[in-house]
Amino acid sequence: MPTDIPSPELAYAPIAPLLIVFAAALVGVLVEAFAPRAARRTLQIAVSLVGLVAALVTTVLLAGTEELVFNDAIAVDGPTLFLQGTLAVLGIASVLLLSERSLDASGGAVVARAAVLPGSREDVELAEATEVQTEVYPLALFSLGGMMLFPASNNLLLMFVALEVLSLPLYLMAGLARRRRLLSQEAAVKYFLLGAFASAFFLYGVALVYGYAGSVDLGEVAAATGTAGSNDGLLFLGLAMLAVGLLFKVGAVPFQAWTPDVYQGSPTPVTALMAACTKISAFGALLRVLYVGFGRAEWDWSPMFWAVAILTMVVGGVLAITQTDVKRMLAYSSVAHTGFLLVGVIALSPQGLSGTLFYLFAYGFTTIAAFAVVTLVRDSSGEATHLAQWAGLGRKSPLVAATFAFLLFALAGIPLTSGFMAKFAVFTAGLEGGATALVVVGVVMSAVTAFFYARVVVLMFFSEPAADGPTVAVPSAYTAAAIALGLAVTVVLGVLPQPVLDLADRASRFVS
Amino acid sequence: MSDLTGLPWLTILGLVPLVGALLVAVLPSGRDALAKTVALVVSLVVLALTILVCALFEPGGDRFQFVQAHDWIPAFGVQYAVGADGIALVLIALIAVLVPVVVLASWYDADPQADRLRRVSVSGVRAAAAGSSASSRRVGGGTAVLDAPAAPSPPSDELPPRRSVKTFFALLLLLETMMIGVFAATDVFLFYVFFEAMLIPMYFIIGSYGGPRRSYAAMKFLLYSLFGGLLMLAAVIGLYVVSASQGEGTFAFEQLLGLHEQMSTTVEIALFSGFFIAFAIKAPLFPFHTWLPDAGAEAPVGGAVLLVGVLDKVGTFGFLRYCLPLFPEASRILGPYVIALCVIGILYGALLAMGQKDLKRLVSYTSVAHFGFIGMGIFAFTTQGQSGAVLYMVNHGLSTGALFLVVGFLIVRGRSRLIPDYSGVANVAPILAGTFLLAGLSSLALPGLSTFISEFLVLLGTYSRYPVAAVLAALGVILAALYVLLMYQRTMQGPLRLPALLGDRMPDLRLREVLAVAPLLALMIVLGVYPKPLLDVINPAVEATMQDVGRTDPAPTAND
Repeated sequence: MPTDIPSPELAYAPIAPLLIVFAAALVGVLVEAFAPRAARRTLQIAVSLVGLVAALVTTVLLAGTEELVFNDAIAVDGPTLFLQGTLAVLGIASVLLLSERSLDASGGAVVARAAVLPGSREDVELAEATEVQTEVYPLALFSLGGMMLFPASNNLLLMFVALEVLSLPLYLMAGLARRRRLLSQEAAVKYFLLGAFASAFFLYGVALVYGYAGSVDLGEVAAATGTAGSNDGLLFLGLAMLAVGLLFKVGAVPFQAWTPDVYQGSPTPVTALMAACTKISAFGALLRVLYVGFGRAEWDWSPMFWAVAILTMVVGGVLAITQTDVKRMLAYSSVAHTGFLLVGVIALSPQGLSGTLFYLFAYGFTTIAAFAVVTLVRDSSGEATHLAQWAGLGRKSPLVAATFAFLLFALAGIPLTSGFMAKFAVFTAGLEGGATALVVVGVVMSAVTAFFYARVVVLMFFSEPAADGPTVAVPSAYTAAAIALGLAVTVVLGVLPQPVLDLADRASRFVS
Repeated sequence: MSDLTGLPWLTILGLVPLVGALLVAVLPSGRDALAKTVALVVSLVVLALTILVCALFEPGGDRFQFVQAHDWIPAFGVQYAVGADGIALVLIALIAVLVPVVVLASWYDADPQADRLRRVSVSGVRAAAAGSSASSRRVGGGTAVLDAPAAPSPPSDELPPRRSVKTFFALLLLLETMMIGVFAATDVFLFYVFFEAMLIPMYFIIGSYGGPRRSYAAMKFLLYSLFGGLLMLAAVIGLYVVSASQGEGTFAFEQLLGLHEQMSTTVEIALFSGFFIAFAIKAPLFPFHTWLPDAGAEAPVGGAVLLVGVLDKVGTFGFLRYCLPLFPEASRILGPYVIALCVIGILYGALLAMGQKDLKRLVSYTSVAHFGFIGMGIFAFTTQGQSGAVLYMVNHGLSTGALFLVVGFLIVRGRSRLIPDYSGVANVAPILAGTFLLAGLSSLALPGLSTFISEFLVLLGTYSRYPVAAVLAALGVILAALYVLLMYQRTMQGPLRLPALLGDRMPDLRLREVLAVAPLLALMIVLGVYPKPLLDVINPAVEATMQDVGRTDPAPTAND
């Protein structure tokens, strides 16, 4: 053991996207502290958008980089850059959704004072007030920064830090819904408690893996798993606990219990951010841990992941059928999609990696647009998320209903949508990897998921609108842009997926 | 001529209705008449182009003609590859004939219900419903609704207040694009894309413009088809993985042809099953047929014609194009079981048809029986059987299409689908009754009409390999005579009794309706007398398929 601590070699250029996003978040904090109240919102939106666009540009410029920096703690390689770029674009869409003010009469989806006790006199006043706070922007940026760091971490300890950086702002943001405060606070508490548990598991796993490999560096963990050791117990337990932490974040069964409540209670723009970006980031980290760190221990983890994947597909698909709230339904649908994604992860091949990356890209855009549409359907008490209220929407506003129907068909994986191409990519990788049973479960559960998506379409188009049903609000350019972006990607990837497939293909190599 | 053959004809055929659909969709709402006219013109243009394509097709030439192949998704080895063999060509021609007919026949079907009622002379729907429940008591027969899960919903459900007329016609044209694509595709992936995407327009046609239980029927249709389709997706991927293990992964049909030699029998049977179940649901073969009576009964008449006439043919077409040539060994092993299912379907469909009180359900069940014949002809592995089956596909499209149309004309007048509500219609509407009879006779395969030739060929082809099955299936021919003639007798003959809202008068077919149904009847007669041009096109393709399967016709002895 060297006694002197080597000073890390600092290479800032490869982590420029991360630095930019964190810098923008810090600027956001300063704006919150010093800028006059009237100018804050404009400034915050500008800072966030500029930061994310700059991050996107730098990831594009970095394309092709493959190196380990900061003492091998951060891996800047294909998957990292692909996911960071995706996260930057989806982050822009989320910020656009957060900036929407014309839907809710009192301005924005985010409450001004989150700490007020629901049901109290202050809370009633708050519901009437048109106060707007803007701390949600830096929170979102910190979270996005963490998300961009998470899949780039080549070091389990750094990965834990990233996990916390991305999670803590999300816990807060979950409690910020302007309407239905109690539900939102419940969501925040649940997410925080369960998330804290999951983080603890992850940290314990890191400790055990350190005990096994003598290092938290994924490269050295990989080297250790290559040699026959006597401490396999530490390896299995450590890996299992790491998996608990990661599977919690991706929302896999049996760690999915938080998803419906948190998705439902959070302000919908935040739900969109969570559903699209957190999943992408966590899958990136999961891929890196499994492919780089534990690739050689495949036979130790793959049975467990098979079971988790099958359970996730089945439970997500079946429970979604019983939902009556559109946000909860989308939550369970996201659980089912986690299962489909795991099929690609388990393949443990370049095809599996590129298929999963493509799936994450396609899924992120479709999801963000779907939640954006949810924000548009409103009644006097805010968003009308009960499915019965969506009856006959196709008559009242055909365009919004048709958009939503198309997004649902994409989630169901009907051809000529991005969802189909994505499913095709991961199922092909799965079958090539010999996971025939998983693919069969996958296609059967795809049919099940199609049922509840189609049921919403039936409601919207084939049912009579209720007399006192919700109205479809006309969004400002912010939400419209986010929906248009998601919809456009869903269409284009369904017809001409080749460029993005190529991109994912070129990106499908971890540096180690 | 030579420069004409160089054009990408099949792509053009597919694009014209797509452009038409977009055109109709962007018309300002309120211009319903214009939308209908545009749809009709576009479908007629497609028909004209199809006739030209048929003229350019050389029956003795290459197996696939009008071939085009471009890389689409190289990452998956997917090509945009189209081409038509004789089988695909006649089915595309069938589509081209049926779509203008459907557009013409559905002229008022998407209009707001109030207008439709006014058009037929009216008192109200409730009166009709009351009349139907009263009269249905007169006909005993608890067997009638063997599998109808629930009584029809209250009639108020039947009056969707506002429906978009142009959307209906846009969907029809969009469907035409997909249907042409599914038959023209020579890349399995492309075929799959059309196979699944085709469901969506039909789903909306049934769900938005159908009868009282339309959303139930649309859902059932979508889920059954999607379930089968997804199993097929697994098999398609499996096929790709096998081809990738031999080098470059591909979906091109002709490159996949020899692939079965690299598969173990288990793999072959597994992949065969994936395709087979999807096609059997689509076709539909017994016991995968239960969605069809609901979908057929609730779909608007035009939708039902295309559903049963064309969409379901994708299933039988799939047997012939994909199941047999790609998995010959599995087809040989499982063939006899499929034949058994087909025979059951023939008898079961016919028996259930006889028991139906609902006209559209009855016609749907006759199709279950007919698809049994088609399947039997295909899996008999004889040239006669398969040629007969392909001819049957075309004829069934014409005859069932005509039958659905005429039944639809009757229903739009009486606002009831129940047989007991009608009696002696021939007295007041002789043209309607006449076309009804002719369509019915064609459905029961009367000699002289086109369906006879195909049914005869199928039976002949089956007999040389599976005599017992052929004999049992021949019973189905007798049952067909029963269900058709009973239906005709009950509704058209006897004392005059009409749904209450009509009083004692029923308007006969209008010019538009005659124009819609006449081409189908004419084709049935012409092809019944002179099927040679069709058979000339079909036979080489069937022989090529037989070669792919590696089977020859059995020697014509009784004990083969």
